Amino acid sequence: MAAAEGVSLPTPTEEMNGAGTLMDFLDEPFPDVGTYEDFHTIDWLREKSRDTDRHRKITSKSKESIWELIKSLLDAWSGWVVMLLIGLLSGTLAGVIDLAVDWMTDLKEGVCLSAFWYSHEQCCWTSNQTTFADRDKCPQWQKWAELMTGHAEGAGAYLLNYFLYILWALLFSFLAVSLVRVFAPYACGSGIPEIKTILSGFIIRGYLGKWTLLIKTVTLVLAVSSGLSLGKEGPLVHVACCCGNLFCSLFSKYSKNEGKRREVLSAAAAAGVSVAFGAPIGGVLFSLEEVSYYFPLKTLWRSFFAALVAAFTLRSINPFGNSRLVLFYVEYHTPWYMAELVPFILLGVFGGLWGTLFIRANIAWCRRRKTTQLGKYPVLEVIIVTGITALLAYPNPYTRRSTSELISELFNDCGALESSQLCDYYNNPNMSRPVDDIPDRPAGPGVYNAMWQLTLALIFKIVITIFTFGMKIPSGLFIPSMAVGAIAGRIVGIAVEQMAYHHHDWIIFKNWCRPGADCVTPGLYAMVGAAACLGGVTRMTVSLVVIMFELTGGLEYIVPLMAAAVTSKWVADAFGKEGIYESHIQLNGYPYLDIRDEFTHRTLATDVMRPRRNDPPLAVLTQDSTTVEDVETLIKDTDYNGFPVVVSRESERLIGFVQRRDLTLAIKNARQKQDGVVSSSVVYFTEDAPQLPASNPQPLKLRRILNLSPFTVTDHTPMETVVDIFRKLGLRQCLVTRSGRLLGIITKKDVLRHMAQMMNQDPESIMFN
Amino acid sequence: MKFLFGVEAFCLACFVLLSQVSAKNSEDIRCKCICPPYREVEGQIYKQNVSLKDCNCLHVVEPMPVDGKDVEAYCLRCECKYEERSSGTIKVTIIIYLSILGLLLLYMVYLTLLEPMLKRRLFGHSQLIHSDDDVVGDQQPFANAHNVLSRSHSRPNMLNKVEHAQQRWRRQVQEQRKSVFDRHVVLS
Repeated sequence: MAAAEGVSLPTPTEEMNGAGTLMDFLDEPFPDVGTYEDFHTIDWLREKSRDTDRHRKITSKSKESIWELIKSLLDAWSGWVVMLLIGLLSGTLAGVIDLAVDWMTDLKEGVCLSAFWYSHEQCCWTSNQTTFADRDKCPQWQKWAELMTGHAEGAGAYLLNYFLYILWALLFSFLAVSLVRVFAPYACGSGIPEIKTILSGFIIRGYLGKWTLLIKTVTLVLAVSSGLSLGKEGPLVHVACCCGNLFCSLFSKYSKNEGKRREVLSAAAAAGVSVAFGAPIGGVLFSLEEVSYYFPLKTLWRSFFAALVAAFTLRSINPFGNSRLVLFYVEYHTPWYMAELVPFILLGVFGGLWGTLFIRANIAWCRRRKTTQLGKYPVLEVIIVTGITALLAYPNPYTRRSTSELISELFNDCGALESSQLCDYYNNPNMSRPVDDIPDRPAGPGVYNAMWQLTLALIFKIVITIFTFGMKIPSGLFIPSMAVGAIAGRIVGIAVEQMAYHHHDWIIFKNWCRPGADCVTPGLYAMVGAAACLGGVTRMTVSLVVIMFELTGGLEYIVPLMAAAVTSKWVADAFGKEGIYESHIQLNGYPYLDIRDEFTHRTLATDVMRPRRNDPPLAVLTQDSTTVEDVETLIKDTDYNGFPVVVSRESERLIGFVQRRDLTLAIKNARQKQDGVVSSSVVYFTEDAPQLPASNPQPLKLRRILNLSPFTVTDHTPMETVVDIFRKLGLRQCLVTRSGRLLGIITKKDVLRHMAQMMNQDPESIMFN
Repeated sequence: MKFLFGVEAFCLACFVLLSQVSAKNSEDIRCKCICPPYREVEGQIYKQNVSLKDCNCLHVVEPMPVDGKDVEAYCLRCECKYEERSSGTIKVTIIIYLSILGLLLLYMVYLTLLEPMLKRRLFGHSQLIHSDDDVVGDQQPFANAHNVLSRSHSRPNMLNKVEHAQQRWRRQVQEQRKSVFDRHVVLS
């Protein structure tokens, strides 16, 4: 790619050192040839070949001097440096988010008088006045009613606390949506559908920018603290990818090559999940399974490195005070029994059914938000949903607290030391077993009370999450799904436990459950339920099981988790093949060619190619008879992304393909910098200038921007093969020829529309190129 | 500016890490023993600032509520956990977060309320600000920016550059807002 037309490409030295002063960073970057338009797909083959060129240049220069050798080593190591930086920053941001959420969630209920920055638990950390029954209370932390009026109990205090809870929730969510609206509109939503699309080759400028990073971090804390039914895992993946993008811009190896940049972003997504769950391996598998598109195996090791660094950074910030990465890390190891697989599979079925219900309802609601008047009032919508959530959540103690704490309590086994309502069993006063092996006990009234409240909480959460996910604030979906599953699982677990205790002579229990033994662990049922619901919604398989067992720290529970995950995926797939993220991608019309979809129809390339029978003929350029004016008219009149170049209009033999953006920039450049180029100058794509009379103006050589090896298929190629080629090579367009003559063109949008048509979906919903 | 932002983020990370290493006072470690009810004795929680090796029932539970021969039975039921936290990190993080939030809120109030008021008072300040309402379509993606920049090449100083950068940023945000909130094209 020699520079011969007046536009000089920067040498590697300039690229690496970032030529220019500080002030130049404030200037608008001049787009150079080879970059892409917003909302367009990249050309993977071109990016790969540019990277190979760059690498070859560096390797050949490294033999010249020691300095060049050092530079080539730095270039090789730059990938690892980027991973290290991503891990550090993601871990730090996740720690900040966790600490801030912890504090702000408790701020809705009261404040710590000795030091206002302490949450409830931290405030009572050093106090000596906590009792066994009221282990949460201490005089330093007071609820708002107590602070304002001096009364701690009574109807008036309750109503005042209720009112202030709602007020704080509304304030937080209003701040969140205003900040998103004013500073970074791309910071709303979960982020995972868009990141999946970006990683498959789509460009959304600004989606991974610095303001998006800042606003997403700040408003995520506000959104989670406001008590809405959403989680922070999906947004943390977005935050980590923004960090990845930020550090990519420090090295030209990644900033100038969109393909390499996406490798870094895959690894950053792994770091994001790793800090969200404290599961580095699960994070890498999630990135591999859900988010990434082309995942060269060499980034597997780098993703793992980034995930580990992030997890280590988070652990050293130590947000939860006990060296655990996640709030619901459980450590019991009680065994489970084969007969319990029946309730586990039932929980899997529940998870699959709930997943289907949620996806359909949420997509219907989001479609309504997209197309009707509802979408015109985003701030009002957020405030109303927060108001309703806070209003209904406060009376039930299980929904009043943050969802993570709820899940943590549901996962925990009831020893003799718990004093919560859920653990109100009748204890044998003469019991002297160690705390881990308590036999099954009859439930006290507290447990039945808790079951009622949990059932109400389950219904509430199922309904409200449908309206919450997709609002214009950062919102994730993992924690609400896990909460729904954990509540259902715990209810089933307590039911099974009580049945086993009271009816231990039934045939199903007689074989494995002796009276006086610890047969049933309701906490395990909660975990299995959480895995089932999360699997039903997202359709994750291996990564889900690995995340769940990294959360629990026990390999004993892999089989129940797998049983539930597999069942829920089967049940959910019976109703619809797409998970929540693929459904959102379809709703938005992103050009995402799913790797998992199989195309089994027997159409041919001629059926899909453009121009169709009634369309105007294909817009082409000739190799040496188009003038600059013709080209400019062509660009202005059409909006195609590129034009094939043929020998002449009569012979129609294909020479190559040229992109619209490259044409625009090259002609603009030529007009400004080269003299003699006017509207009637001839544009030629051959090596030598055409033979023209001397009176003609100077011709313009544009061979540099011509792609001489465009992909072609013949008209009788089956569409199955064409779809496979698009998917595996990441093409944007493919030319159709017959006996060497150009017939038409197939673009990615055409392929997606054809697939949608074949699946009886609306082909007009594919919006982007 | 990109480089500065990266350096700043890195410094923040280091600062938070270092602050938690440096702030290890005795108040930040504790051993918490929870003892359930035993015969006539009620359940109790005992806390003491002892180190990991002394974190067991005998060192922490004081005064021992049962006599000599029952001590072992009582202590078997107690669960003692060693916990550490870093109060310095918590304080620094919350204060940094609140200050960033406060700055953003002030800037938001300035952008939405104060600046239009100031613009109305000083109309005719510059033609540049008026042109940021009409967004040019896809045909000429960078024509407007080049016109804007070329007009002011007569005054290439720092304030001007900052203002241009800010104008560009606001135009981008406006585009984003249009795609997300108005046309519902992305992120429905």
